[in-house]
Amino acid sequence: MLPIRTLVVAAAALCTTALTAPAFAAPVEIQWWHAMAGKNGELLNQFADDFNKAQADYKVVPVFKGGYADTLQAGIAAFRAGQAPAILQVFEVGTATMMAAKGAIKPVYQVMADAGENFDPQSYLPAITGYYSTKDGKMLSFPFNSSTPVMYINKDAFKKAGLDPNAPPKTWPEFFEDAKKLKAGGSACGFTLGWMAWTQLEVFSAWHNQPIATEENGIGGPGATLEINGPLQVRHLQDLVDAAKNKSFDYAGRTTEPEAKFVSGDCAMIQTSSGGYSVFKNNAKFEFGVAPLPYYPDVAGAPQNTIIGGASLWVMGGKTPAEYKGVAKFMTFLSQTPIQVQWHETTGYLPITKAAYEQTQKDGFYEKTPGFDVAIKELTGKPPTANSKGLRLGNLVQIRDIVAEEVEGALNGTKTPKQALDNAVTRGNALLRTFEKTAS
Amino acid sequence: MESRSGHLSWLPHLILVLGLALVGFPIYVTFVGSTMTTPEILSGHMSLIPGGHFVENYLAALTQGMPQLSGVPVARLMLNSLIMALSIALGKMLISFLSAYAIVFFRFPGRMVCFWMIFLTLMLPVEVRIVPTFQVTANLGLIDTYGGLAIPLIASATATLLFRQFFLTIPDELIEAARLDGAGPLRFLWDVLLPLSRTNLAALFVILFVYGWNQYLWPLLVTNTASMTTLVVGIKSMLTVDANTPWHLVMAMAILAMAPPAAVVLLMQRWFVKGLVDAEK
Amino acid sequence: MQRRVVFDGKLLPYLLVAPQLAVTLVFFFWPAAEAVYFSTQRQDAFGLSTVFVGFENFAAVFADPGYLHSFQVTAIFSVAVTLLAMLPALLLAVMADRVVRFASVYKTALMLPYAVAPAIAGVLWLFLFAPGIGIVANALKWLGIDWNYLLNGNQALLLVIVAAAWKQLSYNFLFFLAGLQAIPKSLLEAASIDGAGGFLRFRTIVLPLLSPTTFFLFVVDVVYAFFETFGVIHAVTGGGPSKATEILIYKVYYDGVVGLDLGGSSAQSVVLMIIVIALTAVQFRYVERRVHY
Repeated sequence: MLPIRTLVVAAAALCTTALTAPAFAAPVEIQWWHAMAGKNGELLNQFADDFNKAQADYKVVPVFKGGYADTLQAGIAAFRAGQAPAILQVFEVGTATMMAAKGAIKPVYQVMADAGENFDPQSYLPAITGYYSTKDGKMLSFPFNSSTPVMYINKDAFKKAGLDPNAPPKTWPEFFEDAKKLKAGGSACGFTLGWMAWTQLEVFSAWHNQPIATEENGIGGPGATLEINGPLQVRHLQDLVDAAKNKSFDYAGRTTEPEAKFVSGDCAMIQTSSGGYSVFKNNAKFEFGVAPLPYYPDVAGAPQNTIIGGASLWVMGGKTPAEYKGVAKFMTFLSQTPIQVQWHETTGYLPITKAAYEQTQKDGFYEKTPGFDVAIKELTGKPPTANSKGLRLGNLVQIRDIVAEEVEGALNGTKTPKQALDNAVTRGNALLRTFEKTAS
Repeated sequence: MESRSGHLSWLPHLILVLGLALVGFPIYVTFVGSTMTTPEILSGHMSLIPGGHFVENYLAALTQGMPQLSGVPVARLMLNSLIMALSIALGKMLISFLSAYAIVFFRFPGRMVCFWMIFLTLMLPVEVRIVPTFQVTANLGLIDTYGGLAIPLIASATATLLFRQFFLTIPDELIEAARLDGAGPLRFLWDVLLPLSRTNLAALFVILFVYGWNQYLWPLLVTNTASMTTLVVGIKSMLTVDANTPWHLVMAMAILAMAPPAAVVLLMQRWFVKGLVDAEK
Repeated sequence: MQRRVVFDGKLLPYLLVAPQLAVTLVFFFWPAAEAVYFSTQRQDAFGLSTVFVGFENFAAVFADPGYLHSFQVTAIFSVAVTLLAMLPALLLAVMADRVVRFASVYKTALMLPYAVAPAIAGVLWLFLFAPGIGIVANALKWLGIDWNYLLNGNQALLLVIVAAAWKQLSYNFLFFLAGLQAIPKSLLEAASIDGAGGFLRFRTIVLPLLSPTTFFLFVVDVVYAFFETFGVIHAVTGGGPSKATEILIYKVYYDGVVGLDLGGSSAQSVVLMIIVIALTAVQFRYVERRVHY
């Protein structure tokens, strides 16, 4: 046995040094918490690197915090602890939560004005910035990665099943028929769905010009109640339940998990974020195509337009002027056309400035990459209505979980689609009311 | 004893081997996964024979910065886990040893109050009061520090109770003899009690090291930067279970996360088993 | 529990207990008090505004069908984990007690899962059973079994139960084995001479003598299933699908950290504290009895 007393002394010494050692020490540093994994994350890190190399005063430190929901939680917990990052990437679902937290954030337009950065809100695409601005057009957060759902098809699987790979299904009835054929024609499953609560209820409703909630989906003011249990949504969920029963639909999770099933070739079709493009491009071993979301042809006005998803960058409150100055400079850096073009073309996220969109067109990128412009066309195809200009609900993060739970309940047969959506509305409304009580 | 009679002597071995196979299977498959490439794992017919990427995967995991971990390599996470586990184990042992010593060998006003205050902590694992404990730790500015990782978990009564049990068995004669030699209480602690306690200390070390290394919820909450997080937490952030998941690295990390506590348990088996069973009493 | 011979000292004993008391006060009593305080408040996510609401949070918690459902899930989960961790452990311990050859090999190998973190245990089992990825999941599919724990709540519950029990098996095994080895062999041999068969001896002698160990392990396993399995749930199912695997401790985390409802989460913490104090009181009575004889 070792001399025990020597050990004790050593241990005590180790303890003391370990417990008092500082965690991290660096000069003017701008923490940027984000949720970008894979290739998207690599490109994000590269942007930060480029910015850091281009000047010497500030150092942007990107920190991956997990999924979108994890990142938001971590940011809020850190704010409460007085440890918030300067920049927090928040998915669009958290927008209302962030907007309500006036003491916790610093609006982007103000950050830019204080720092004297040249900042023209008019240079951004209104379909995107509208989502993150006040009614009078003041930009509260910086739209970094905006997406909208699109459909991806496995062209090889289409050929194998005797379907035309250049004629993806346009309507939901065609979609369900093709799914069955793909399943019969050798695919393990016809289709799967990413971000179901978003793609199949929120965007689905806007795409068919149906309300998601009252008060213009919450944008008109507080007091909104959910309306996702309308006849069309119930009918659609019933169709999905039927597809799950006949095995042409494989449910694989609530967020990005289903994308693995498309990449592996198991599922021949998927509807998910346009930001999934880089995932498929880098991982799929087959030729895939991009197509607009299907619609029910008997619904008047469909397809309308889609609403955006993805995330924006919020500037947190309580930082030093030096940090804010650095943040402003970094946002100017990110708005540069070459950066925006690179981000758009690599990731599949939407371009956020008009210049970047025009540049991409000029470069002929959309001709070279068929289907790449599907997302932006879906988003801007028609002038938005009250039902399709956006969504702004408090506690939406939790409401999405509730919707996902209830939809899972319908898919596994424990409740009917109508019961599931009614439950989702009742439970969701309760959360909306709680949010109004607590919002500062 | 059955084995001596030869009657059905193979049956216990059969059951034990089956049990071992069942218990060891998940670990084995994970190891196999850690020697393959992700496409091999996801091929739908993963082999049960280790692949040829052992060195490559472990080297990549240990030294390469992972984008999911903000470019921090696993070696750094292992170091954090190690510091956390050692701090918890040694810190707990130290404060428990001292407080048990005071409670058993001294009589002072408030002695029972102290004992009960410590004993109460036995009842409430940190998970129950996780959110307020996080608040307190944040108020003290301990987020993202080794202190924040370790100190809140040091508050526990198990070690104190174990030492108290053991100290109560020390014969009075020993103390009297020490007194006659003119040894004060601190001298007695250092010269007599500490050497006598080494088996207990060793056993406790194993239990507490494993406890500290395996913490999950607490480091998940209390660390913000990837360079301060632990390996067990780091694995979860790699495990998005989508098309971006590098399964081969996740599996290698899982093996790396199991290896140190397993090594401690195996190397200190003798004391560990004794300590576990003693801790019960 | 009192020694006859003690040291004198006015200040020293206080200095000796001070470190532990300080840590206990700061990281135990303060948070516990905060939990009670926050359970009567309603706060926004960022902690910018706080309102006193009395027992409203408790009323809301108990009116929430999800909370009662979580109690149910916890009951099923902890009983199943306990049984699944104890019965095979007992069987293996009885067998390990009988063999002479390779005894230490078996013992050492069966000890291993003890060293595995619950979250890692979750990862290991996820890797076997993830639909489309795990080899067991693929085998089940090949056999025509519709395995998708992302949708099927019972399958999800089964998976987290197995993963949690697997990790706890080692602990139970070691205790049962120690308990068995403490039974005097002469007792068993005497029974054997009296003509008692193997199973009869086990039932009439071994099992009663093991009952203190069994009871102890029962309490430990239940506490384990209640609290320490968070990592398993978080890594494998995240409480889903449709909250089928949302045990109480996961709900405290979810409502507090994900749902950002500090008041509701704290109210649940207070309820859990009361449950644990009751559980520990039972265990403590037992512990004290052991101490005295």
